[in-house]
Amino acid sequence: MPRIFAYVSHKDGVPDDVASELLAAARKIDPAASPTAILIGAGPELDSACSQLTASCAEVWRIAGESFAYPNAELVRKALARVLPPGSILLVAHDHFGIDLSPGLSVKTNSSFVSDVLGIEGLEGNDLRLIRQEFGGQVSARVRCDVSSGAVISIRPGAFPPQTNPPANGIVVDKSSDLGPLTAGRRYLRTIVAEAGDVDITRQPVLVSVGRGIQEKDNLAIAQELADAMGAVLSCSRPVVDANWLDKSRQVGSSGKTVKPKVYLACGISGSFQHLAGIKGNPFMIAINKNPKAPIFQVADVGIVADLLEFLPELTTRIRELRCAVR
Amino acid sequence: MEILVCAKRVPDTSENEIQLNSAGNDIERDELVYSINEPDNYAVEEALQIRDRIGGNVTVVTVGGEDDEEILRREMAMGANQAALLTDDAFTGSDGRGIAAILSAFVQRGHYDLILTGVQAEDGAAQVGGMLAAMLDYPFASLVNSVEVLDGGKLKVSREIEGGNTELNEIDLPCVLSVQTGINEPRYVGMKGIRQVASVPIPTLSSSDLGIDQNSVGHSAAKVRRVDYFVPALGKGAEILQGSHEEIAGKLIELMKAKGGLN
Repeated sequence: MPRIFAYVSHKDGVPDDVASELLAAARKIDPAASPTAILIGAGPELDSACSQLTASCAEVWRIAGESFAYPNAELVRKALARVLPPGSILLVAHDHFGIDLSPGLSVKTNSSFVSDVLGIEGLEGNDLRLIRQEFGGQVSARVRCDVSSGAVISIRPGAFPPQTNPPANGIVVDKSSDLGPLTAGRRYLRTIVAEAGDVDITRQPVLVSVGRGIQEKDNLAIAQELADAMGAVLSCSRPVVDANWLDKSRQVGSSGKTVKPKVYLACGISGSFQHLAGIKGNPFMIAINKNPKAPIFQVADVGIVADLLEFLPELTTRIRELRCAVR
Repeated sequence: MEILVCAKRVPDTSENEIQLNSAGNDIERDELVYSINEPDNYAVEEALQIRDRIGGNVTVVTVGGEDDEEILRREMAMGANQAALLTDDAFTGSDGRGIAAILSAFVQRGHYDLILTGVQAEDGAAQVGGMLAAMLDYPFASLVNSVEVLDGGKLKVSREIEGGNTELNEIDLPCVLSVQTGINEPRYVGMKGIRQVASVPIPTLSSSDLGIDQNSVGHSAAKVRRVDYFVPALGKGAEILQGSHEEIAGKLIELMKAKGGLN
């Protein structure tokens, strides 16, 4: 059985929430696994994050260095390539850092790579059986990964519910001295925090959210009229921002805002996991899409298979009639 | 600046309903509308804009078969200076690592300052750019949403991170960047433009042209293989409202009133 490691990101001395999901994924590969966490960073924040992980991991590898104060994927890759024993399986979160780190790491460790995994069926000999999605979640694929020379597997955040395990009372093992000097062709400068938009969609109880299905910028007016009639605010999915039809501050998703409304009306949104990752608090979700196979219908509470351009004006008219009748 | 863009022809998910074939081992590919992978098109546009600012050439390359030539021609109609099709029976069934190895062999035959890919393709793997960079020992940045050319063989690139924030980096050339959608507004390509490049020869290169050991790529070398496809059943699924639009709107309003959706 290959040794299983989990690369754990951390911030302000706290391990990323995904850490417990990576450990759950490790136990899907091998129920008897005692995965080793690897944390890379600098200063007391690193020590704090490492000691918190000893509650759930028998062994925590700590790699400290001033150059790791901000996680630079190229330096982290080089560090991991030096310390990982050949043939290991390394689990990494499929987030903006994992996307930066993992593919190159698999090349440097000469191991197999599968990204954005959301299911693990188990290990059969040298074959790790995995499940991932293609075509924006419209179909799932079973994948066989030969782990005979190790593997780097990136795990979709949220796909593996954390398990409760007995306290590990683990130890921290320092691996910093194994590294030698590391240099990178890429240097972190600074982080630019997103500018606030004209409305804060994260605080809205009702969102009318539009996606690619709105087709044209001019059609946004139809959705805006519905939002006005409902007393709601307009938000959107990524393609609408990419096309410059709405401001970035209106985007719901992992690369946009995380919203927690009571009611979410998804109009012409297919339902990619990046979009769904931005919707929290289990809102009442209504999906309107002309494609009955759109993944959004699997997670919505109520679905309507219809053309937005026909249905939304009808809905707006009915709501306005209702308002008049009440008054 | 010599810029290479690695592109892929994919089924266009905005034009197609993706369904399984009867055997369940692939999607139904008959009658699918194919186009260039959307992030790759942004990568080409970014390359063209950099070239137009500071000079140089843009080359677009893909690994595939005859049918894939159409996206190369389309990107040439957009303004790419040249294109190359890397094609060989031995390439069939390559995993991401195999594709990166084929592209790496192509890169080493030429001289490129900057290599761009789209952030991911229809399989959502987001892997080839990072692998290619590691094979070439070039620095890499993913999820890039702006590129500024600095003096001294460097770029300033920003990456999209969580919450709509961006991370600013300096990166040495030559390097590989994976480009995020929305970085620019890709120019429109009309039929006239496509016709103008219809007869431009596009070189094809085989494994022997590229000096690739046939056993190192393709299906037999792939350590990651798709076994089959299935349609996911997540959760219980939505209750689909039936009836005329008027009836559905009526039902929906009642539901929204109950859930606090009408303020």
